[in-house]
Amino acid sequence: MSYTPVIGFEVHIELSTASKMFCGCPADHFGRSPNTQTCPVCLGLPGALPVPNSKAIEWCVKLGLALGCQINLTSKFDRKNYFYPDLPKGFQISQYDLPFCHNGNLLGRQITRVHLEEDTGKLLHQKNQTLIDFNRSGVPLVEIVTAPDFTSSDESSEFLKEVQAIVRALNISTADMEKGSMRLEANISVKRVEDPNLPGYKVEIKNVNSFRFIKKAIDFEITRQSKILDSGLIPAQETRGFSESKGETVSQRTKEEANDYRYFPEPDIPPLQFTEDQIETWRSDIPPLPSQIRRDLMTKFSLTENYARIIAADAQMYREFLKSPTKTTADSLINKRPPTSKPVLVSTEKISSIARAVVAANPKAVSDLKAGKQQVMFFLIGQVKKELGPVDIPLTGKVISRIIDTDDPIRN
Amino acid sequence: MLNKLTLTQALTGLKKKEFSSPELVQACLNEIEKEDSKIHAFLHINPNALSQAQKADINLPLGGIPIAVKDNFLTMGLPTTAASKVLQGYLPHYESTVTRTLKSAGAIIIGKTNMDAWAHGSSTETSDYGPTLNPHNTDYLPGGSSGGSAAAVAAHMCIAAIGSETAGSIRLPAAWCGVVGFKPSYGRVSRYGVIAMASSTDSPGPLTKSVADSALLTQIIAGHDPYDATTSPLPTPDYHRHLQQPLKHLKIGLPKEYLEVMQPQSRDLVLQAVKKMASLGHTIEETSLIHPKYSIGVYTIIQRSEVSSNLARYDGIRYGLDRSHFSDEAKRRIMLGTYALSSGYYDQYYTRAQKVRTLIIQDFHSSFQKYDLLIDPASPGPALKLGAAANDPMFGEMQDILVEPSSIAGLTGISLSCGQINGLPVSFGLIGPQFSESLVLQAAHAYESAI
Ligand SMILES: [Zn+2]
Repeated sequence: MSYTPVIGFEVHIELSTASKMFCGCPADHFGRSPNTQTCPVCLGLPGALPVPNSKAIEWCVKLGLALGCQINLTSKFDRKNYFYPDLPKGFQISQYDLPFCHNGNLLGRQITRVHLEEDTGKLLHQKNQTLIDFNRSGVPLVEIVTAPDFTSSDESSEFLKEVQAIVRALNISTADMEKGSMRLEANISVKRVEDPNLPGYKVEIKNVNSFRFIKKAIDFEITRQSKILDSGLIPAQETRGFSESKGETVSQRTKEEANDYRYFPEPDIPPLQFTEDQIETWRSDIPPLPSQIRRDLMTKFSLTENYARIIAADAQMYREFLKSPTKTTADSLINKRPPTSKPVLVSTEKISSIARAVVAANPKAVSDLKAGKQQVMFFLIGQVKKELGPVDIPLTGKVISRIIDTDDPIRN
Repeated sequence: MLNKLTLTQALTGLKKKEFSSPELVQACLNEIEKEDSKIHAFLHINPNALSQAQKADINLPLGGIPIAVKDNFLTMGLPTTAASKVLQGYLPHYESTVTRTLKSAGAIIIGKTNMDAWAHGSSTETSDYGPTLNPHNTDYLPGGSSGGSAAAVAAHMCIAAIGSETAGSIRLPAAWCGVVGFKPSYGRVSRYGVIAMASSTDSPGPLTKSVADSALLTQIIAGHDPYDATTSPLPTPDYHRHLQQPLKHLKIGLPKEYLEVMQPQSRDLVLQAVKKMASLGHTIEETSLIHPKYSIGVYTIIQRSEVSSNLARYDGIRYGLDRSHFSDEAKRRIMLGTYALSSGYYDQYYTRAQKVRTLIIQDFHSSFQKYDLLIDPASPGPALKLGAAANDPMFGEMQDILVEPSSIAGLTGISLSCGQINGLPVSFGLIGPQFSESLVLQAAHAYESAI
């Protein structure tokens, strides 16, 4: 039988503002010692109150504008109530019915909404206990929700890369998936080609940390779900993760409990009011976006579409190109990629897959590291080097930390 | 008898060196020692109060003055429990804005006062550590939830006290204990570091022995706080200096629906106070407002909803004891609030309550187009007997009927004594538009000076 995939995305972007969303703690938490960047507000201590970060609001609106959204001139924050140990207040401050931005469009796909919320803490699971690190608690997080407008992994991947390039052009986040500053969730289902309605189920894919893997995960799901439908059954509504070693998705949670988040307006933050002038000022601040840059590179500088695409996707390379905007510069920039220095020749994905194997093979070293023996990190990096030869050591360290930190079977 | 001094008198005496801060603090500690085993106004006494008094700088605005603080204000070095077992022995990691301001103004926190647990109540009978009793007659309740602060002031165990009001929690205990209770507008005094009850109405304020004392204390604690996004950026007027300025003749409304709710004897005393106000040259006119009974439902829904979310953090994972230590009243509120916010019920309860709240705000707004102030007694009658609250989950909402409308509208109001029935105080009150603290204090001060 012939099926059409129905795919939509939720993309989370951690903003790289100086401070967190509702307090003065530094927002950059990556690789910091646990619980060293916290205060009464992001720890949810009694009596603490949130004060919104105006830079984060400005950046969220700018991202919305860059994604072609309309802006709600009156907006507000809401409380999303649920219990989880990494959520110290027992609710997340998010936006419900009045997100900052809505009804956008990118590459012909509809953006339902773009809103601002706070990130949660991180759970560090150990053998007999779970520790909580609140450094990430309260970091500004933008959520982009798309309509279920995608039908293939290729167009999904193109769209997601474009979102990343826009975020980087705006310089509001590193949008680095390995580090978790850009996180993807895909909702995937398939329906019969002739069926005009959306399918009655959906499968949520979580915790995929590269474009290559999301593409694989989507393709795997389309095949898996089509087979189930062929056999006359309906795929289960569930949350699945992606196993990088097997190259397939694996079920994480089947019984999808109907969560009632009991949203209500956050009484500690007065509603926000923007003026048209304010929005227009922000709009005029937006630097050239990748689509514009591509057009410029092709029309003004006569580069090929392929060159234009590569340069426009990399804000750093584009800046370099503009210093001497010639075909020769473009050639040398593109040929320099990846940089010739030996260690970086190994891709992050390669490091990631070896690091995963190393982490799995050395449980003792991992538990020592979790217990605070930082020097064990060098041993683990060494194991990765054994497999791959010279690698970027700081990057490898970060990849290992992330693998260990996000080893959360339920979510992270 | 230094402990019997008003704040104004104590400040003058200290500055004139008629006595010292340690003497003043000692007098209060002696009174606590003598009386508090009966009254139970305090949950914790500051063991360093005397040594802090020895170092007090009497040139500061509140230099050397012993102040009692409700136990829902976070105080470093002093346990803060909000009278709940869940927070038994909890030592805060930071200081509330109000107590930080008091301390930097030279005040000495003499102790933390009893309250209804989590401020859930209007009797101080639902404290997890046992009730506070009314100093006028220990068979009676002090009112709540700032009952410990009201009783401490009434029994002269401190010079003045700080409380917080969500709907009546300053004005009602002030009324029942016969002291002055002043509720600043919502957003006038910072809530940072105050254990939240209902975030959209919580308002810290003073309980004092005179209106002038309330003006002085409010002067210190009011103002914009960068740590509380709901505080107003409006500058704080000099409330205390305004008291000395001549008061123009005001137009004051007397809402007939409010009088209807009152017990006859108390109403008579209030009407006498109204006559007194008229004799000061004010024009007093009977007027009509939305009946206060409608506020009960609105307040109950909004407050329970916010409570259910505000108490979620007390899960015992990071601090405090686990949830089994919540008392029945807290559990009832959490369940009711959770229900009201649930999908399918939200519109019927929460949204509807907010709509009626808007109507009440508009009603006040149009009334204040006509009147400078409104008469609003804090309580339908004098204090009730111990035990009255114990088996009545709606006790607080009924007792606070007269102050719920102004609380949910974020207004400012004052409660002060206007007589007694069988030795129990009866109160008279005024409310004004949001941020009209100066006018409310001025009018109350003029009344107080005339009686
Ligand atoms: Zn913080």
